[in-house]
Amino acid sequence: MIEFLVKRIATILPTLAFVSMLIFGLQQLLPGDPAVILAGEERDPNVVAYLREKLHLDDALPVRYGYWIGGVLQGDLGESVRTQQPVLDLIVQKLPVTIQLAVMAMMIALLIGIPAGIASAVGRGTAWDVGANAFALWGLSTPNFWLGILMILLFSVQLGWLPASGYVSPFENLRENLAAMIMPAFVLGNAIAAVLMRHTRSAMLQVLNADYVRTARAKGLSERVVVLKHSLRNALTPIITLGALEFGTLLSGAVLTEQVFTIPGFGKLIVDSVFNRDYAVVQGVVLVTATAYIALNLLADIAYFAANPKLRA
Amino acid sequence: MTAVLVPAACAAIDDVAARVPPAGAWRPVWRKLRRRRSAMIGLVVVVLFVAAALLAPWLAPFDPIETSWSAIRKAPSAAHWFGTDDIGRDVLSRIVWGTRASLLAGVVAVSIAVALGVPIGMTAGLVGGFVDALISRLTDAFLACPFLILAIALAAFLGPNLTNAMIAIGVSATPIFVRLTRAQVLNVKVEEYIEAARALGNSPFRIAWRHVLPNILAPVIVQSTLAIAAAIIAEASLSFLGLGQQPPAPSWGSMLNTAKNYVDNAPWMAIWPGLAIFLLVLSFNLLGDGLRDALDPRQR
Repeated sequence: MIEFLVKRIATILPTLAFVSMLIFGLQQLLPGDPAVILAGEERDPNVVAYLREKLHLDDALPVRYGYWIGGVLQGDLGESVRTQQPVLDLIVQKLPVTIQLAVMAMMIALLIGIPAGIASAVGRGTAWDVGANAFALWGLSTPNFWLGILMILLFSVQLGWLPASGYVSPFENLRENLAAMIMPAFVLGNAIAAVLMRHTRSAMLQVLNADYVRTARAKGLSERVVVLKHSLRNALTPIITLGALEFGTLLSGAVLTEQVFTIPGFGKLIVDSVFNRDYAVVQGVVLVTATAYIALNLLADIAYFAANPKLRA
Repeated sequence: MTAVLVPAACAAIDDVAARVPPAGAWRPVWRKLRRRRSAMIGLVVVVLFVAAALLAPWLAPFDPIETSWSAIRKAPSAAHWFGTDDIGRDVLSRIVWGTRASLLAGVVAVSIAVALGVPIGMTAGLVGGFVDALISRLTDAFLACPFLILAIALAAFLGPNLTNAMIAIGVSATPIFVRLTRAQVLNVKVEEYIEAARALGNSPFRIAWRHVLPNILAPVIVQSTLAIAAAIIAEASLSFLGLGQQPPAPSWGSMLNTAKNYVDNAPWMAIWPGLAIFLLVLSFNLLGDGLRDALDPRQR
């Protein structure tokens, strides 16, 4: 286990180093002098000079990267040109909102995706299978911002059941918070449910043909026990590992969903900072997202390793 | 394979190896594909959209950017089948013209991803060692940034327009092709026909081009079809956020961006462009799934 962990973490370090270089390198794509661009519309010469000094723009690229990564490692992601706030503070403020959205979306995705995948695999070739596959295709092909607009049209405009926007903190009013979050969470969960359904279906199909499942059936166990206890439990590991990879889809989707439902989260932060030309915030958001993604995949790998006795031998 | 090879036999093997996937090898694939109704429906719809994009000037009943103050947010009617938008432009005409931006973005972005990803992946797989490790870690780094977030960041730094959106999407989609190609090359590399080609003294470049590439093409084609679907959604997403096609040029994503402000009184503005994205993406997904089933026997 320790050996596995050390090896796994050893591969992460260069990846993280490359991620940081990649994100730092984004700045190089800016046409023209970064200091002038970062200074905003006013192009105040004092601000330009200050930025030039602060970003070490007169130094060579590797030196600048050194300064930048040194700061990042100490939790300094730079500061927002717009609000003068440290980028890390901005991210920490917005993150809980997106985490709530993501967790709710994942729960919805699991509740729809796994049962649909099981039904589809068990009833291979039946109407259940066709229905579940059609659902997966729908989920993969629907742009989630369009689904969001359609849901607003139905549930907010036509039926008046749910608010179209207006985020409320769960600590202020949980009921209103859930009312505002349920539609975005469903929209976001829909696409992931589709992917989970496909993973569940193929994992279950593989397991259902395994010898131990045939043995379980031969023992005269009920189909319910065979499917839920003997098959699903074994199929679940790959589903969870592959599910962890959907974290990226979740965050990408959150950007759009938050935009449609005007939810003040992480995604809204990156879009707003793009339009405010607040590049340090954009870089910070990408860096935090990528690091979280790498960490989550590490956890999924560890879980996979821990859950699979064959790998430990 | 026998240990001793006479030159004639070598030449024959070389010949056979080079012709492993000749043009004719695609005929059974096409036959299998044709039997899949969903894949055929996908193909037909894709062809219809391509036709709409090419024939836009003749198909669109109105000028897509001409505004009309007397026809603001008019519901669908005989004159305007899909209604009009907030500044009186014909929604149908904008959708027909918008097909161009979506298809172009899908095809160009994926072409960029294939043109970069396949050679890089082949290099990693064939050269191995340090080069492979370096490329693999770099690919991991790219893959760690969620696709759309990376595309947003790239589009933001490059500047918002359709060309940059296509570049951003293409670059963001590249790592998937690198990884796929590398994995395929590792499988093919150990095949005997590659060894034979090497034993004959073919240059590494010739081996890569004539012997490896044709044998890894099938999964790359499947992935490309599915990637076009993803790229079309990505372009619509970037345009929806204001980072793609800039107004007044028509694009489905930016139409939805405007439409979301008028859901309560002009829902048709939101329904049609979204439906267009959905249909085109669905068709590419159906086609891609069908191609995968036809090309990869393990999937069945």
